[in-house]
Amino acid sequence: MGEFIMENIYILGIESSCDETAASVVKNGTEIVSNVVASQIESHKRFGGVVPEIASRHHVEQITVVIEEALKQANIQPADLNAVCVTEGPGLVGALLIGINAAKAFSFAHGLPLIGVHHIAGHIYANALVQPMEFPLLALVVSGGHTELVLMKEDGNFELIGETRDDAAGEAYDKVARVLNIPYPGGPQIDRLAHESDGEVDFPRVWLEPDSYDFSFSGLKSAVINYKHNADQRGEAINPMHVAKGFQDSVVEVLTAKTLRAARQYNVKQVIAAGGVSANKGLRDALTATFNKEGIPFYVPPLKLCTDNAAMIAAAGTSMFKAGKRSDLALNGRPGLELLSWNK
Amino acid sequence: MIWLGIDTANSPLAVAIVKDGKIVAAETRNMKVNHSASVMPAIEDIIKKAGLSPSDIDAIAVSQGPGSYTGVRIGVTVAKTLAWTLQIPLAGVSSLKVLAANAGIYQGLVCSVIDARRENVYGGVYNSAHQLESVIDDGHYSMASLLEKLKEIGQPVLFVGQDVDVFWQQIKQQLGELATRAPYTFDLPSAGQLIYLAEQVELPAVEDTHNFVPTYCRLVEAEANWLKEQKEQKR
Repeated sequence: MGEFIMENIYILGIESSCDETAASVVKNGTEIVSNVVASQIESHKRFGGVVPEIASRHHVEQITVVIEEALKQANIQPADLNAVCVTEGPGLVGALLIGINAAKAFSFAHGLPLIGVHHIAGHIYANALVQPMEFPLLALVVSGGHTELVLMKEDGNFELIGETRDDAAGEAYDKVARVLNIPYPGGPQIDRLAHESDGEVDFPRVWLEPDSYDFSFSGLKSAVINYKHNADQRGEAINPMHVAKGFQDSVVEVLTAKTLRAARQYNVKQVIAAGGVSANKGLRDALTATFNKEGIPFYVPPLKLCTDNAAMIAAAGTSMFKAGKRSDLALNGRPGLELLSWNK
Repeated sequence: MIWLGIDTANSPLAVAIVKDGKIVAAETRNMKVNHSASVMPAIEDIIKKAGLSPSDIDAIAVSQGPGSYTGVRIGVTVAKTLAWTLQIPLAGVSSLKVLAANAGIYQGLVCSVIDARRENVYGGVYNSAHQLESVIDDGHYSMASLLEKLKEIGQPVLFVGQDVDVFWQQIKQQLGELATRAPYTFDLPSAGQLIYLAEQVELPAVEDTHNFVPTYCRLVEAEANWLKEQKEQKR
């Protein structure tokens, strides 16, 4: 028997789980052919956060425009696609439904296979678009809704070894930003202030039990709120830069130390960071320095692949497609979807 | 000319295929089911039953709202994506007019009612003696103010829609003999009626599909509050 030559796989990815409407064409799960994102951030700014109903309304306005643009930029016809992959969850349910129903209609119109993809699997597979993933692999997933350590023993296999017990890291950033009167989205601003700061407030580090890979950020958040409150009562002004640096250093130190300990215990070949908060410069720098020293390859995707996009959904979807995973036309949005392995 | 009609604007689900002025297949369900999970399988099923494939469809009619925000969006998203990717025209029809059309043989005013909670309704009044000409525009009204308007008009009105039951006492109190409750057979949207209404107007251009959005008849609460605050600050 001769060597079986795989034909190229072209996947259309669609993502609408929060406030970005996105579509992308990815080749073989590794090569971005097009990657279109319509951000709504300007619409939500005045409300100080994402308003779900407004997000859903924008998704309906944008969805066909974004898909058309992704196909046009990729110079590809629906008939040339192998499958349509769409974020099934977690996310805002009303927002998820737009991408899902568009994906279902598109797959039905062209007789294409449909695959529902977990949003976090997408964030992890954003790395496959930059360099080959090698297993066992440890992923630190940090975003507005997630703070998780995920161990992957092989492609499509996930084991959750640690997660936040209260606030996600990104949530803590948003809340601290509010305390500091920094407009939404506050994360990038705190990161910048921390970098420019010449001093810092000493905030606690929450380690939990010695062998735990779980996280907790609500105590740190409260410490920041109390610090501001006490200063207010004394009629003193706080130095926002010092607060930003103190807060960020606490978050970064705990995330980095737990990731390092897990990487050692599971003897991983690669460590990756994924999710919106992995765009944070303080976190990227600390992880890079730590794993350089440790001699374990560490990767974090470029900024535009850290935030929500559809290329990452297509990348994870390609692995599912190869594993024979398919969804039917009853696919529905699942806001609390669990990350399950497709290779067991 | 083959039409596909889709209505998921409220709790019932309706789909139909019309070919050259004849209903080939139509289905209406009125069960507590999730439109997001059920509308595409229902469309696949009815197209199959009609012996067609997606590329045979020449135009799509969709119930554009008002109604349940999520319900309207599901129908519109499916209709919009199909129309865009199949490069066929997409026609939107008021969900209230679709209900009023059920009473087409009634020669007088027809008021369609959808419960919008907190004593409010999405309502519209049509004159079925004049091709369902609009008498009171579709909108989000307090039931009391809608009944006030009808009282001023002072003509007999037929009320349609399953949510009429919620307000029937109030309606009777306000309008007395002027108000008639339509039989329950008129209460559910028919995708055949939807397509029939879409056929009465000129087909939109295929390029217009990208701009197609639901008719919500209402601002998002956060937006309304924000506008109110802006106004107060200006004072």
